[in-house]
Amino acid sequence: MARKAPGINTGSMADISFLLLTFFLLTSSINTEQGIPRRLPPPKDENAKDIKADINKRNVLNVLVNFNDALWVNGEELNISQLKEKAKEFLENPANQANLPEKEIKEIDNIGEFAVSKGVISLTNDQSTSYEMYVQVQNELEKAVNELRDKVAVSYFGKKYDALDTALRKSVQKAIPMNISEAPPIDYSKAE
Amino acid sequence: MARFRKGEKKEVPEINTGSMSDIIFMFLFFFMVITNMREATLKVKYTPPKATEIHKLEKKSLVANIYIGAPLGKNENTLPPGKISVQLNDQTIKQEDLVRDVRDFIGTEKESRSEADKQKLTFSLKVDKDVQMRYVNTIKAELRKNNALKINYATGKKSEINK
Repeated sequence: MARKAPGINTGSMADISFLLLTFFLLTSSINTEQGIPRRLPPPKDENAKDIKADINKRNVLNVLVNFNDALWVNGEELNISQLKEKAKEFLENPANQANLPEKEIKEIDNIGEFAVSKGVISLTNDQSTSYEMYVQVQNELEKAVNELRDKVAVSYFGKKYDALDTALRKSVQKAIPMNISEAPPIDYSKAE
Repeated sequence: MARFRKGEKKEVPEINTGSMSDIIFMFLFFFMVITNMREATLKVKYTPPKATEIHKLEKKSLVANIYIGAPLGKNENTLPPGKISVQLNDQTIKQEDLVRDVRDFIGTEKESRSEADKQKLTFSLKVDKDVQMRYVNTIKAELRKNNALKINYATGKKSEINK
């Protein structure tokens, strides 16, 4: 007579896997890495000449965040919510005003001739500026550029910028470049 | 005539719990896939600022984290005014060694990646929203000097409604 193998009690299996589950829940984090990506300018070359001198005054938007987290754009105090519109107006210059950046007609793949703005946003912060304010300003400027890119993308390709493939995205990037230059920070406490 | 069963207890059928463990295991795998392990124990407290124009970082293995925030627990390695601590990998660093340690950190992080990945290596700055820019600026200057140009300002997501 063949002996019947006794069945293994699997009742505790669920408890064990529950324990594992709680362990993983505690030791892991769900939030994925996200943020505003930026590229720093390459290290200073001693021999390079100062490019700043070549830039026309009308092509620069000076954004200054002072030690009090107040925002000054071209010598005028602005609220953070107004910055985006200001930056968009500056970069787009729809009416070709003389005090806003000049444009240069460039031949761009997939788009054709496009008047590319020569505008540069110069961002200066104080050493005592809070990081939150700094990120807010970066965010608003990025939003301005993204909205302009969306506009170009929709008018030329009928799609939003994010929905385009890489080649078309490159073209839009050329049409609306993100020219944000960060000036060396100033130190209010030392200037006193 | 119906028969009445007197004194005979009706037994509740047992619930089969055999598949329970399978279900829990499935949960377990699901969580293992969507989460990522915390590599370093945080020694600084940081609440990232919120932003709307955020991008997800693609590969976690190509990200090196620099934390700046208020020190957590007992921690001597603070920067004046004694409220800010910088953490690279697992340890906080002393103020006088800040520049040297950041440089070494960039070096070792780059060293541990293959030649092709070195260009894609991103330094994620996880900075508390109340930190003054001077600390961030020092670190950014050091990153720039050492040719680690891809950086990321870690932020939370802000919903569009309350703008």
